[in-house]
Amino acid sequence: MNPNMKRLRRSMMFLNCQKPSLIKDPYVYAPDSIMLDLEDAVAEREKDAARYSLYHALQEIDYRGVERVVRINGLDTDLWKEDIRCSIAGGCDAVRIPKTETAKDVQLVEEAVLKAEKEFHVEPGRTLIMAALESARGVMNAFEICCASSRLFGIALSGGDYTKDLQTTISGTGVELMGARQHMIIAARAAGVQCFDTVFTDLNNMDGFRKDVETIHAMGFDGKSIINPRQIPIVHEIFTPKQKEIIFAEKVVREIDSKRAQGIGVFTVDGKMIDIAFYDGAKRILALARASGVYKGEL
Amino acid sequence: MKNAVGREIPDDILRALGKEPFQGNNYKNGVPFRRVAPIIHPVMDNQHSKLVKDIHEALVKCKAHSGMTVSFHHHFREGDLIVNMVMEEIHKMGLKNITLAATSLGKAHDPLVPMIEDGTITRIEASGVRGMIGRTISEGKLKGLAIMRSHGGRVRSLMTGETKVDIAFIGAPTSDDYGNLRGIGGKTNCGVLSYSHIDGDQAEYVVAITDCLVPFPNFPAHISMTKVDYVCVVDAIGIPEKIATGAAKPTTDQRKLMMAEYCTQVVVNTPYFKDGFSYQTGVGGASIASTISLTRIMEERGIKMGFGVGGLTKPMCDLLDRGMVRVLMDTQAFDLDTVSNVINPAHHRISAGAYANPFNKGAFVNKLDYVILASLEVDVHFNCNVVVGSDGVITGAQGGHPDTAQGAKCTIVICPLLQGRIPAICSEVTTVTTPGESVDVVVTDYGVAVNPNRHDLLEALRKADCVPLKTIEELRDIAYSITGEPDPVEFEDRVVGIIEARDGTIMDVVRQIKKCDPKE
Repeated sequence: MNPNMKRLRRSMMFLNCQKPSLIKDPYVYAPDSIMLDLEDAVAEREKDAARYSLYHALQEIDYRGVERVVRINGLDTDLWKEDIRCSIAGGCDAVRIPKTETAKDVQLVEEAVLKAEKEFHVEPGRTLIMAALESARGVMNAFEICCASSRLFGIALSGGDYTKDLQTTISGTGVELMGARQHMIIAARAAGVQCFDTVFTDLNNMDGFRKDVETIHAMGFDGKSIINPRQIPIVHEIFTPKQKEIIFAEKVVREIDSKRAQGIGVFTVDGKMIDIAFYDGAKRILALARASGVYKGEL
Repeated sequence: MKNAVGREIPDDILRALGKEPFQGNNYKNGVPFRRVAPIIHPVMDNQHSKLVKDIHEALVKCKAHSGMTVSFHHHFREGDLIVNMVMEEIHKMGLKNITLAATSLGKAHDPLVPMIEDGTITRIEASGVRGMIGRTISEGKLKGLAIMRSHGGRVRSLMTGETKVDIAFIGAPTSDDYGNLRGIGGKTNCGVLSYSHIDGDQAEYVVAITDCLVPFPNFPAHISMTKVDYVCVVDAIGIPEKIATGAAKPTTDQRKLMMAEYCTQVVVNTPYFKDGFSYQTGVGGASIASTISLTRIMEERGIKMGFGVGGLTKPMCDLLDRGMVRVLMDTQAFDLDTVSNVINPAHHRISAGAYANPFNKGAFVNKLDYVILASLEVDVHFNCNVVVGSDGVITGAQGGHPDTAQGAKCTIVICPLLQGRIPAICSEVTTVTTPGESVDVVVTDYGVAVNPNRHDLLEALRKADCVPLKTIEELRDIAYSITGEPDPVEFEDRVVGIIEARDGTIMDVVRQIKKCDPKE
């Protein structure tokens, strides 16, 4: 398995490839991933120029460990194949497919990615794929999309197009996204891939943004697409385990390990009943804390 | 001769100006000097009127002549009308070889360029120069030298007689007919007249120019009638909306917010952050954001500021209104909220001399714990450049930068690693304006560097583990890895400007920029 399949992706920041000033050093804001956009943000007549900037940015800029995902143009355009060639030639880490509706869409991209990897002498399988679901059909097919490729690390909801397809609009309450979010996280977990939430576009409503992130965090999402670096600290704060949780998770892991040796199945930690069912959850918190840089313990 | 910051100061310049090269911050500490006294024209006749009908009459009565020095303040900033108004009259009178000794010059004074080109103005002394005048000087069109001094250094220069002002023109939002001047009231409210106090003390003639004559006595006067020779009433002395604008909206630029947060973390994790600490900051987005985030931590920890000083902004006034700072000492009001806040009894006006003059028996800056500054460039020796752009053109002002940097116990300079495509953290600044020995911490968007001479601060920040610490060389290397190492700016040999250190020695020289040959 590609070691980056399960990497930390709390914040995935969109950046318009048409604007060199945006893509020159987004790593200073320390997002987990950047999504270099060739699709909606780029004007139709600037697609070539954006690809040119993208290629040179990928080649020249040391993004200091930040994952570089490229959002290609839709499979309904004649742009996406060249987008993939350019991205792979530049050395991107992953490709994001917009408007994914079926497993077949993922497989088409997978073929083009492999072809480009061979063409540009990139290790086959190095480039990962993520799929954005932007329609009712895409959401309904979430599970088959999640299972479509061994390169696919996750799915992301794209709320703008999705609500249009539902014949509604973004209300700010999240009610119109509830079904898709719930369905997608279940499908992703069933398939063993990650799941990411849609962008929050009202930059003047940071309280609303915080509530939105708290909701999707509680639902089990792995991270959120963001459109402005100001959103990063909030996402990271909410998605990074708190010291209290880390200490408790450490205790749980240690206690389960030691009680298991003594043949004890159920016991209490800090007054809470604990059994083996808590083990994986506690391990996951510690792994997330370690990946987020807030845990340096040995567990 | 090379000075203490490694800059070559040509001997002929040292000889011509009778000056020494910079030899370190405290070279003149405790060295006695005699303050020069001005010529006074006493008024004993109780029938004497100080009112003149126009600038021309004021100039005639003050015996304006070719070769004289005239001075101005910059409290009206980009809304100033006084400098142009007076210089136009001098130009009309055909006077030449004028030294223009303003506290600062900006874009508002672009109309003076033809007067530089025709020899009306042949020498400029100012904290710095923005706009077209800066370019004109850098192109070598000023016949004499431009001498750039800090606010404190200017006061020293008038006290020692290095600058002898023949006529000081003091724009005053209100004046009575006997020359009691206030920085408030009228239609061009600027709050304070701090920069002009020394001109009132040292100039041979002092002319007040106002657009709001009020009944005698205009009290309490910020500059007293005892120092004013003539009062001239004109239609307008400034453009109000360009003098002070509404408070700057807090920045939403995450890069500036990050630097502000680093800056705040440096402040709160160094030993001077305790109840009663003193603080000065600027008007940049990151500085203002830092004051706001600092306030939050002061509240959390129950720490109050003893005093804030310098040019002030709304966030500092908010601290005063909320009882989070004991007193504010004001030399310049940067926004309308600050102008209106001067009525608070704990918001005091102070002169530029009290603020920053190095030849006082101690200035306010010496009592600063923290100052937050900006810079165009910082080099690996921690030297700062706030006057000359990376293209070699004079484009900024020293202001109180060198004064506060030397005075404060912890001087923090906020500077993004790159200014556009130019590395701001570099091997050698284009021009040294504040010496590295004054600068303790440099905050960039890529990390924070501490001057290795400040082991104590470095240790405190290491222990706190609150900011990404880097060496200044590491920051420079990151900058160069992104942009490449730029070739040095090319200059002609001719020296067009002097960067004077606070104590009157020479910190650096500014040379004429090389003309670009479009064929090359």
